[in-house]
Amino acid sequence: MTTVPAISSPNTAAAIRSENVSRHYRMGETLIRAVDGVSLEVKAGEFLALLGSSGSGKSSLLNLIAGLDRPTAGSVIVQDRDLARLSREELAKYRLHIVGMVFQSFNLIPSMTLLENVELPLRFAEVDRGERESLSRKSLEQVGLKARLHHRPSELSGGEQQRAALARALINKPKLLLADEPTGNLDSHTGTEIMDMLREFNRELGMTVVMVTHERALAERYAERLVFLADGKLIDDRSNVPGGHA
Amino acid sequence: MKLPDLTELALRNLRESILRNSLTTIGISVGVASLVAMLSLGTGLQQLFTRRLAKSGLFDTIYVSSRREMRGMGRAEERNGPLPGESRVLDEAARSEIEHLANVSEAYPDIRFATELRFEDKPHLTMISALPQSARTNDAFENLQGHFFSSDTAPEVILQKSFAEELLGKTPPLGVPEPAVSELAAPLLDKELTMRYAQRSTTADPTAGGLGASDISGASYSVVSREQQLKIVGIADLDPESMRGPTRARVFLPLKLAESLHVMQPTDLREISRAASNEPVYSSISVRVKNPSQIQGVEDAIKKMGFTTFSILDASRSLQQVFKVLYAFLGIFGSLALAVASIGIVNTLVMAILERRREIGIMKAIGASDGDVRKLFFAEAGAMGIIGGIFGVIFGWAIGQVINFGTNIYLKSQSIPPEHFWAVPWWLVAFAIGFAFVVSLISGLYPAGRAARLDPVQALRYE
Repeated sequence: MTTVPAISSPNTAAAIRSENVSRHYRMGETLIRAVDGVSLEVKAGEFLALLGSSGSGKSSLLNLIAGLDRPTAGSVIVQDRDLARLSREELAKYRLHIVGMVFQSFNLIPSMTLLENVELPLRFAEVDRGERESLSRKSLEQVGLKARLHHRPSELSGGEQQRAALARALINKPKLLLADEPTGNLDSHTGTEIMDMLREFNRELGMTVVMVTHERALAERYAERLVFLADGKLIDDRSNVPGGHA
Repeated sequence: MKLPDLTELALRNLRESILRNSLTTIGISVGVASLVAMLSLGTGLQQLFTRRLAKSGLFDTIYVSSRREMRGMGRAEERNGPLPGESRVLDEAARSEIEHLANVSEAYPDIRFATELRFEDKPHLTMISALPQSARTNDAFENLQGHFFSSDTAPEVILQKSFAEELLGKTPPLGVPEPAVSELAAPLLDKELTMRYAQRSTTADPTAGGLGASDISGASYSVVSREQQLKIVGIADLDPESMRGPTRARVFLPLKLAESLHVMQPTDLREISRAASNEPVYSSISVRVKNPSQIQGVEDAIKKMGFTTFSILDASRSLQQVFKVLYAFLGIFGSLALAVASIGIVNTLVMAILERRREIGIMKAIGASDGDVRKLFFAEAGAMGIIGGIFGVIFGWAIGQVINFGTNIYLKSQSIPPEHFWAVPWWLVAFAIGFAFVVSLISGLYPAGRAARLDPVQALRYE
């Protein structure tokens, strides 16, 4: 299924490795250093939180790891693939098969039902119709939305929408789950529900999770490692013993 | 993405902004309708002309004349053949030979002469032409008052309308509408005419008060004045100037009757060297072919025999050229509306990109490639093209029906028989839908490319 070429590397333990990666862009006269020389190694199966205030570059770094953006300098190597060297086509395949993403604003397509939203990545992967539907149903059942298959996102609560987004992120069995402020639009109760699911996938499916958040308490409760960014630079990197259930 | 998925997604996206996409699709329909209307008018007119020409009996007829008739004309094609003086004479033997060629249904001499007809003791000089029985189906006699000749030898006559007017002394001055044929027919049908003519005969007939024997260069025959009673059986409403061949006359006789009269024809004087034989010599004969498509072969065969031929096919070739030019013009005008509609597609899709920026970003984030996004927009453009094309064809067909109907009401009010000058052949239906599809895809090129290049990070940030 995966056709993304891999580069050989002795370091196979690392799921993600960034080497002095930078993402700069120009806004008129000023040069914005969204990510500025970050080197980071994430082990396979790790649950890592990227923390920082708004504008610290944590989302930009996540986009680089997600293959949505390309670094201006340095490299990001995920599962032995140097993302900077992949073509646009290969990068799309990488996003399709290796990465699952959830966002603060859920990013479900409003005109589609949950089932259709979840099966969309399978359409891009050219999976047959019958198989597509059964996989999507299973995935939605997994996040407890069995009764909502034919509802549109607007008919659902925020928590339900985020669970649907999780179902979509997991549909192609990615190695990497990237979450950008997944609880940012949710109340604390539903936020906790989502976080519990993230941890469950991390533990039971062995998925590497990288979560961007500005809520330190949340990060400390779930993540095994906390990485702090400010002005695009890595300022602190510490391991954490996740707290118990809320 | 697979084609069924693409189609499904494209149609669902089109449904999402139903109003805007419908308007764009209607724009395409109007463009296609105008194209279909224009081209079907062209096709219909061509079919009408072809039908008319076929019915006129000219399409399956070859006019054969002896090269001797071409003396002094010096046309290039004639010069290539045998010298006029040496070429064959168009006599009965030649006619019979031509009639026995493959695919020839009949070959009859063109008998035409000027003579005097007396009606109610007044003489009228006119051109008389002989018609075979097969002319009965000729388009020229479509509105014949009375009936066609009862047999090929009956002493009957059909008059052309203007001659009928002359007989009745009713010739209208220029600018005044002509009287209806039926009006002329009533006082003339079944009346008798007397035709006075000069008979060419090899043995002098002293009883007929001969004009005297001709004796030129050793050949001799006499010309005898004769009279023949004829019954008027029909009045034809045709314009003698618009036709070629035997219908270019004002009075018509049955062919066999005309032949048996041995009327002195202008060619007889020129063919004097051959006149010693008793065989008639024709200035020209008409050859009817079983099927218009066989005309070329028969024409070639007759040319090989050493005669000069003319067929309307030569003329219809230039007519086809005219129709090609007409098609091109109609097509260009018809396509203009489609060109305008294609700008509508570009506009709609560019708007769709702005509106669906976020959606495109989402699709890219979850794994859609540039190609997937491009194909999706292409599919939307193509779907609008096909739907617009289908409706446009229906619409164009309906316009044609309405105009056809309206024009026929007008024609009827002018007492002209209704015509079908509007045709939407299957190739036009397929072409119109295909053309709309291709034009839509071309219109989709720019928007699809733009959507495909959209930066997902920017697109997702967009609210």
